Amino acid sequence: MGDQLIPEAGNGLMGRRAFMTATASTAATLLSASAAGAQRTPWMRAPGAPMSESGVPSRHEAGLQRVLFASAPGTTGAGTSATPHEHLDGIITPSRLHFERHHAGIPDIDPDRHRLMLHGLVQRPLSFSVDALHRYPIVSRIQFLECSGNSAMMTAPEPPRLECGQLHGLLSSSEWGGVPLSILLDEAGLMPQGRWVVADGADAAVLARSIPLEKMMDDAIVALYQNGEPLRPANGYPLRLFLPGWEGNASVKWLRSLRVTDQPAMTKDETSKYSDLRADGSAEMFTFEMGVKSVITTPSPGLILDQPGLYQISGLAWSGAGRVQSVAVSADGGRTWADAQLDAHVLSRSVTRFRTAWQWNGSPATLLSRATDESGSVQPSREVVMRDRPPGSYYHYNAIQAWQVSDSGEVSNVYV
Amino acid sequence: MSMYRFALASLFVIMGHAHAAQGPGLGDSLDPGSLQKHDFTILPDGAGLPPGSGSVEEGAKLYTQHCQACHGEDGQSGSNDALAGGLGSLTSAKPVKTVGSFWPYATTVFDYIRRAMPYAAPGSLSADQTYAVTAWLLYINDIIDEDTRLSARTLPNIEMPNRRGFVWSEEVR
Ligand code: HEC
Repeated sequence: MGDQLIPEAGNGLMGRRAFMTATASTAATLLSASAAGAQRTPWMRAPGAPMSESGVPSRHEAGLQRVLFASAPGTTGAGTSATPHEHLDGIITPSRLHFERHHAGIPDIDPDRHRLMLHGLVQRPLSFSVDALHRYPIVSRIQFLECSGNSAMMTAPEPPRLECGQLHGLLSSSEWGGVPLSILLDEAGLMPQGRWVVADGADAAVLARSIPLEKMMDDAIVALYQNGEPLRPANGYPLRLFLPGWEGNASVKWLRSLRVTDQPAMTKDETSKYSDLRADGSAEMFTFEMGVKSVITTPSPGLILDQPGLYQISGLAWSGAGRVQSVAVSADGGRTWADAQLDAHVLSRSVTRFRTAWQWNGSPATLLSRATDESGSVQPSREVVMRDRPPGSYYHYNAIQAWQVSDSGEVSNVYV
Repeated sequence: MSMYRFALASLFVIMGHAHAAQGPGLGDSLDPGSLQKHDFTILPDGAGLPPGSGSVEEGAKLYTQHCQACHGEDGQSGSNDALAGGLGSLTSAKPVKTVGSFWPYATTVFDYIRRAMPYAAPGSLSADQTYAVTAWLLYINDIIDEDTRLSARTLPNIEMPNRRGFVWSEEVR
């Protein structure tokens, strides 16, 4: 069995159809090519490097790094670094490339001296050591984390000439393992007046957000692990709040205190920042859920198509509301669309990798992707997202992204 | 499967769930005294504000010393976030969101400064000093006059100009 590519939508988008074929002969050729006497490349002539205690990427991939944006003037730790999606595949962001958004740098926390306090409208105020939390039942899920300011530069009047990761890299995805908060809240005993939980971080800004209690009891975790290892300092070591599908700022890192209240605290990061200005000058608070979204990562700005031919279009789709249902891809600026194939792991509030084959004929083409989630929400056009959005309203941008491939194979950001 | 066995199976599912959601009970109890020392939370009604007070005049000196380098002499012309001005700009082509034009609660100003400012030495201001700097920021935004003294009692009563400018999203309504 093999597949055959057949045209599925305009300008070279291909779909796969199964057909029968014999593949044995290719395997045989490979075998004979590796017989004795064949030439050896330098790295085949002597044993290689020894084992080591901690792995590093190939030195040939030394350029594969986060995109570092400038910190606020006069500071080094108030800013962002972004995931370079144009160079990655799959659905797990390597921990070292997970995006960062800090407001007062990365604290160097001694886990033996760190405590998580649980107090306020509870029957038994409790304090947990990090060791104690490690003895609790852990759940682990692959889920995305997206800053609500991700893609904010796309609200600019002219399309910024930036790479995919520079534009959309405040989204990353990890396997997060931690203790369900419902267990800890149950142990503390909720009082009936409790509605919100104010979460504080142990960074120098003591960053604080108020979270509806309902979310805390639903799927919030106190995360201890990221991609199988203890959290890295930049991601909240030794523990952080993780709120699946919600804007990243609310998943407070270096979590030190959870206070159950009957009202939100109206902290700076839920009023002055992370609220959404509307055209009438009012601002919407507590817009936690991240909307359905997708972006083609290959090809994308930062990559060049060196010649016409067969390519795989690949990208990421996600939704704070649940699973991705489908992703449609267009190679002709949205005139015709074909459903992309989704990789096996289609998980709730996770990124889903989509792929489709594309025969590029060498002429200019506009590539788009449009995700639909299981709640039926469809990723909106830029026009719809920007409607009613005044200047200075840049959070929660989830519009369809268009990449323009020029006849020389360069890929750039365009508005359609 | 008989109805009886079905009912039994769902009972196990429910019990299994309850069991999975049980922890080993390893939290140490927290006494209210130690809580007061470690809790930063201040609510818009003023709950959590520490004792103390500060004046606009004291705040002016502290601002020059600890804040001006980054936020500018007038709170508008610094290299970091503008803290004053911007009134009426929210519907313009260049909205300027400041304590005066945007922030809905005065308690948030105290809360944020106590948590995070001055940037390089958070926690270095006393409660009195924090009230004073808060008073200065409210004064340069024309929200209080120069004789107002801020304290846990007076701060929550201050009506911010944009208090009604904020709405809750449908997610939490
Ligand atoms: C070293 C520069 C620096 C100094 C000094 C400084 N700040 Fe800041 N300030 C910042 C930065 C950077 C931010 C944004 C932090 C972030 O990313 O959350 C900020 C944010 C603020 C904000 C929130 C602004 C908004 O609209 O969200 C307030 C209020 C503030 N500072 C008050 C003060 C006060 C009061 C002082 C003096 C006691 C002070 N700052 C001293 C750098 C500074």
